[in-house]
Amino acid sequence: MTAVDVRAPGTTTGARGGDGAGPLVGTARLVRFALRRDRVRIPGWALGVGGTVVYFGVAIQAVYPDEASRQTRAAIMADPAGALMTGPGYGLEDYTFGVMLAAEMLGFLGVAAALMSIFLVVRHTRSEEETGRAELVRSGVVGRYAPLSAALVDVLVANLAVAAVLFLALLGNGLETPDSAAFAAGVAMVGLVFGAVAAVTAQVGEHARTASGLAGAALGLAFVLRGVGDMQQRGGSALSWTSPIGWSQQMRTYVDLRWWPLLLGGVLAAVLVAAAYLLASRRDLGAGLVAAGRGRASAGPWLRGPVGLGARLQRGSVLGWSFGMLVMAALTGAMAEGIVDSFEAQPQLMEVFGAGLTGADVVRGTLSAFLGFFAMAVAVFAVVSVHQLRRDEAEGRTGAVLATAVGRGRWLLASVAVTTGGAVVVLVVTGLALGGAAAATTGDAGLVGELALAGLVHLPVVLCFAGLAALLHGLGAPAWPVWLVLVASIVVGLYGPLLDLPAAVVEHAPFALVPAVPAESFEAGPVLGALAVAVLLTGAAVAALRRRDLVA
Amino acid sequence: MTTSTSSTPVDATSAPAPVIDVRGLTKTFGPVRALDGLDLVVEPGEVHGFLGPNGAGKSTTIRVLLGLLRADAGRARLFGGDPWADAVELHRRLAYVPGDVNLWPRLTGGEAIDLFTSLRGGVDARRRDRLLERFDLDPSRRTRSYSKGNRQKVALVAALASRVDLLVLDEPTSGLDPLMELVFQEAVREAVAEGTTVLLSSHILAEVERLCDRVTIIREGRAVQSGSLAELRHLTRTTVRVTTDGDASTLATLAGVHDVTADGDQVLASVDDGALSAVMAHLAPLGIRSLVTTPPTLEELFVHHYGEQPTAAGSAS
Repeated sequence: MTAVDVRAPGTTTGARGGDGAGPLVGTARLVRFALRRDRVRIPGWALGVGGTVVYFGVAIQAVYPDEASRQTRAAIMADPAGALMTGPGYGLEDYTFGVMLAAEMLGFLGVAAALMSIFLVVRHTRSEEETGRAELVRSGVVGRYAPLSAALVDVLVANLAVAAVLFLALLGNGLETPDSAAFAAGVAMVGLVFGAVAAVTAQVGEHARTASGLAGAALGLAFVLRGVGDMQQRGGSALSWTSPIGWSQQMRTYVDLRWWPLLLGGVLAAVLVAAAYLLASRRDLGAGLVAAGRGRASAGPWLRGPVGLGARLQRGSVLGWSFGMLVMAALTGAMAEGIVDSFEAQPQLMEVFGAGLTGADVVRGTLSAFLGFFAMAVAVFAVVSVHQLRRDEAEGRTGAVLATAVGRGRWLLASVAVTTGGAVVVLVVTGLALGGAAAATTGDAGLVGELALAGLVHLPVVLCFAGLAALLHGLGAPAWPVWLVLVASIVVGLYGPLLDLPAAVVEHAPFALVPAVPAESFEAGPVLGALAVAVLLTGAAVAALRRRDLVA
Repeated sequence: MTTSTSSTPVDATSAPAPVIDVRGLTKTFGPVRALDGLDLVVEPGEVHGFLGPNGAGKSTTIRVLLGLLRADAGRARLFGGDPWADAVELHRRLAYVPGDVNLWPRLTGGEAIDLFTSLRGGVDARRRDRLLERFDLDPSRRTRSYSKGNRQKVALVAALASRVDLLVLDEPTSGLDPLMELVFQEAVREAVAEGTTVLLSSHILAEVERLCDRVTIIREGRAVQSGSLAELRHLTRTTVRVTTDGDASTLATLAGVHDVTADGDQVLASVDDGALSAVMAHLAPLGIRSLVTTPPTLEELFVHHYGEQPTAAGSAS
């Protein structure tokens, strides 16, 4: 038990083996540790991305069996709105399965790889510093740059894994080898660029959430830039070339392959990584480049209860979401006129946005459909917002609050109330931006008020997801079921009409339950019904939380 | 499931009912039995030390008393009420300081203190400011930048600034420097002078000896000893170091004498307090040249209970 491990003099310690003695000492060891911690995550992401392609292959062959039907789909992608959501639209004249993948999926897969990379890099850098674990690690025989280097190697391995699985999935669909390799490499390139972005943002703020938030904002910007660029011109305009996601699409896979846009990503990633090392060398462990300032010495009158606390904690997140949705909705609203024009040329588009509309109804129908898409994003906000409860409990703060005169019901309801308030703000901002921009381009001022109110029609559905997230927390269950239901609902809502899913499924998907105001007339029944479900779920969450032990 | 049925808080003016009354408390986490029939009684106005090594079940007990965990069996009463069902009402009368304080990183220390005191009832601004000064805590810094000791101070100031009937302190001085420990002890004594009852969980024996009237020692989820410090010392052994003309190692034959060892011409033995007379009677005829007896310290008490198999759970009260 008390045996002492005595080393012979001159024996080197294990941590130094093979790594030299510079600031990178211990990197190899940390890489092994990082890969071990990610042994489930990395294969999960790789299989998820590859699986999407496999699923898409099966679904497309079933829904679009012949060339003629694929061409109708190509017409949607040629439209400005289609280009905004997907890509520059190479090869739409001969819309084979490979072209379809490159046109419709490549951008989203790049975003998925980017998200994976951001999460992984922040997880192994700023999160470790924030929790103080990095201090323990760095106190060992570990060089200054070893943790950052290990995170970058980890993210490199992850992107290679994604690319490998993706490549195999593409080959499995019978696609050409060089183009499939370029497709997979393009996705990995986007992932690596945003991994490098996260390596930089991880140096800037003191919090992991700041780091991933900034990197996520950069990703959103990249998606919007290429969207607007692709919308302006078939094949992309100069704006498309400002975005790493655009570069992967400019490789023109399965149409007229060119490899060199990959280099742009490589150069940008290298520059960003160099910047990250430079920033890392200029700051203390645990500190950000932007020092946290002093604050109030006492609490303001609003920070006196659970609701005030929740509002304070969620303030930044609500502001960020509102701003992001404002930009997206305003861009969309500004295109309303153009989208409507395109309907005249391509009547099949009407299927997506609601068949049988004429004249001014078409504008409202389109805007209502987009508002529904944005409501899906607000549901994501709501679930993330409710999950503050999970963070507070896991980090031991809930116990401290419940040891005061605050009951479990009040604690949970306060959190749901704050989420509700945040969702109302984001929905109204979205509706106002969408309506305002559309009103400015179409001259129909009535759209502003109509769409601002229409946003609120989606609130009950958003609250259902918040209620489900709260219930899972109340039960002490893991969070994945709510994400599964939410992602499935979004997929059915977005792609259901395109994929020709049965009408019963499409119409009963959560986001289709409430009327698409202002295109459809307001009906109280489904809205109140959804509200009742949300209330029931929240009530059940309170009851469940009152029954269980606190975890920490 | 708690076996309790009544949940009416007892009026404080009636007979001096215990503030904390725990009988046969059991709590398991999967295969781990964290509490195994624990008894704990804390009388009004006393400072009760709750001693045990890491993992003995101190924090689990406290979390049951706070209604954060539900006991599997046994009875727990706080101010005569049910800690699970009456949690909110009971919490108005107590303040809790955890051993590991986690705060919202974006809030300042001052905001966190005000938040906790207002969640408990109200803020006594003068009391709070005085405590901030005594604990030498800068309230305008974000809690993210606080050291462990400073986070601990936030919880201590928030707890001590509220006028409560019971302070539940779970290893409250971990991370505090010795000077701050003195401030802490002073502040606790002042609270006690105002009539506050204190449950102080700790593994720092000096702190318990300095502050506590009575002590409960727990090990592996069970109270192995409970009583006043004086009473507990009676349960332990006095160390006797003796040099005699004759052979003192024959002491080993006496009942109540343990661990007899010879060290040169000295003989060392641990003697149950009840056997001291017999030992003296045995030694006197041998011709005592020198005799040193050392009274048991709490340290030895502690080691005695954790170094060996648990003795029968004796209550000295």
